[in-house]
Amino acid sequence: MLTRLANPARFMRMSGAALPFLTITTVGVLGVGLYLALFVAPPDYQQGESVRIMFIHVPAAIMAEGVYYVIALASFVALVWRHPLADVAAQAAAPLGAAFTLVCLATGSLWGRPMWGTWWVWDARLTSVLVLFFLYLGYIALVNAFDDPGRGARAGAVLALVGVVDLPIIKFSVDWWNTLHQPTSILRAGGPTIDKSMLVPLLIMALGFALLFSTLLLVRMRTALNERKARALRLAAPPRRRGTEIPPAPPDATPALR
Amino acid sequence: MSALQGWADMGGYAGFVWPAYGVALVVLGGIALQSWRRYRASRRELDRAQR
Repeated sequence: MLTRLANPARFMRMSGAALPFLTITTVGVLGVGLYLALFVAPPDYQQGESVRIMFIHVPAAIMAEGVYYVIALASFVALVWRHPLADVAAQAAAPLGAAFTLVCLATGSLWGRPMWGTWWVWDARLTSVLVLFFLYLGYIALVNAFDDPGRGARAGAVLALVGVVDLPIIKFSVDWWNTLHQPTSILRAGGPTIDKSMLVPLLIMALGFALLFSTLLLVRMRTALNERKARALRLAAPPRRRGTEIPPAPPDATPALR
Repeated sequence: MSALQGWADMGGYAGFVWPAYGVALVVLGGIALQSWRRYRASRRELDRAQR
C-alpha cells in the first residue's frame, strides 16, 4: 500500500478520486457531531452547560497528539526509506497539527476559567501541550529555514523524531504528577468513565476532526506536489525570447498531475 | 425567556461556550480556507507552466 502510493503521479490520481467523497463525509460527520454536541447531549451535573466545550476540546487534543504521531512516522519513513511522499506528508500535516493544538489550548483555557477559576496553570499537562505547540512551530520554521528544501526536510525530520519524547509526557502527565487537569476518562483500563450520552457525541466529533485532518492533508499534499511540478517544468522549459514561438509540447510529454 | 434564548445562554456559560466554538471555527475554518485557496492557486500555476 505504502510502496504503491510512493509514486507521486499515482498518489495524485488516487487522492484526486478520494477527495470529493472525503470532503462530503467530513462535512456530514461534523454536522451531526455539532448537532449532538450542542442540542442533544445533556448538561453535566457538575459542569452544567460548560461541558459542551469538551466536545471541541477533547477531539482537538486527540488530533494535536495524533497529527504529531503522523509527522513523526512520516519523518521516520523519510529518513530511513527516502519515501518521496513522506516529507511532503509531514510538512503538509504540521500547520494542521499546530491549528488543532491551538484550538485545544484556547478551548481548555475557556473551560478552565469557569471550572477551575483560572485561565492557565503551569501544571504538567498544560505545559507539555504548550511545548507540543512550540514543537509544531519550531518544525515549520526549521523546515523553511534552509535554501535547499532537502536539507530543511531532513533537519525537520530529525527535530520531529526528537520531539516525540513529549507525547508520552503529555499522555501520562496526569498520572505521574499531581495536576489540575483531570485524569484519563476515555482510553483507560476498565472502560470509559463518561456516560454514553456524552461519549457518543465526543467520539463523533473526534471522527469529524480526524476526517477534517485527512481531507486537508490530502489537499495540502496535492498543493505541494502541484507547486513542485510547476517549478520543475518552469526550470526545464527553454528560455523564452521575444519573437520566437515555442513549439507546443506533445500532449503526452508532461502528464498532468491533477 | 424563549427556548432559543435559553439555549443560547448555555446555563450562564455563554461567555465561555460560544467563544470556544468560535475559536474552533475561526482556526480550523481558517486553515481549511487557506489550504483550499493555495490548492486552487497551485492548480492554476501548474496549468500555466504546462502551457
